[in-house]
Amino acid sequence: MTYQEKKSIVSMFSSILIFVVYCLYMYPKYPGGELSSEALRYWGSFVLILTVVTIIAHIIISIIFNIIFRMTTGEKEPTFADELDKLIEMKANRISFFMFIIGFLLAMGTLVMNEQLQTMFIILIIAGFISDVIGSVMKLYYYRKGV
Amino acid sequence: MGKHLVGNHIRRLRFNQDEMTQQQLADLVGVTRQTIVALEKGNYSPSLELAFRIARVFNLPLEEVFFYEDSAKE
Repeated sequence: MTYQEKKSIVSMFSSILIFVVYCLYMYPKYPGGELSSEALRYWGSFVLILTVVTIIAHIIISIIFNIIFRMTTGEKEPTFADELDKLIEMKANRISFFMFIIGFLLAMGTLVMNEQLQTMFIILIIAGFISDVIGSVMKLYYYRKGV
Repeated sequence: MGKHLVGNHIRRLRFNQDEMTQQQLADLVGVTRQTIVALEKGNYSPSLELAFRIARVFNLPLEEVFFYEDSAKE
């Protein structure tokens, strides 16, 4: 298994781990109260902090992965993305964005159907999470099966 | 039109070139080892530029490194 394949797997599992741990930490703090300013503030901070936490955690996990990769294989990780990497990245991102747009439209649909605001935010956040995971899965698929 | 119609003899040519490793070839043509792996497995058809760079490493014309598989499937 090559560096890129291993990196896709690590990225997938780290996304799941970060999201699950973050949700377990944040969800009990939900203040309750539909349409209250406190609830809106909660969902806003939920998304913003999740974004920052995800970026930082991914950087840390990536550094740890690179160190372990060098130690176990004796190889240096590639420092650039070549034409195959860019092609796979584009194809995976296309599917990832498509998944997020479906989630976004579903979230908007809940507003049209007079569902709770909480439902809209939950669908939006889960769509972001699923699109991230799907992106990693598709990268792994394209690296293994070819493009 | 099917996928991966462009085949190649890279594995055999590497072997004939003092058993050049995939990493050595990757470094010479400016790609990652993953791309050489994908090419040898027939999972990826390279850009024209990369195909020429690979052919140049082996000092061979393009058609002696890469071939079009359409005729074999007819």
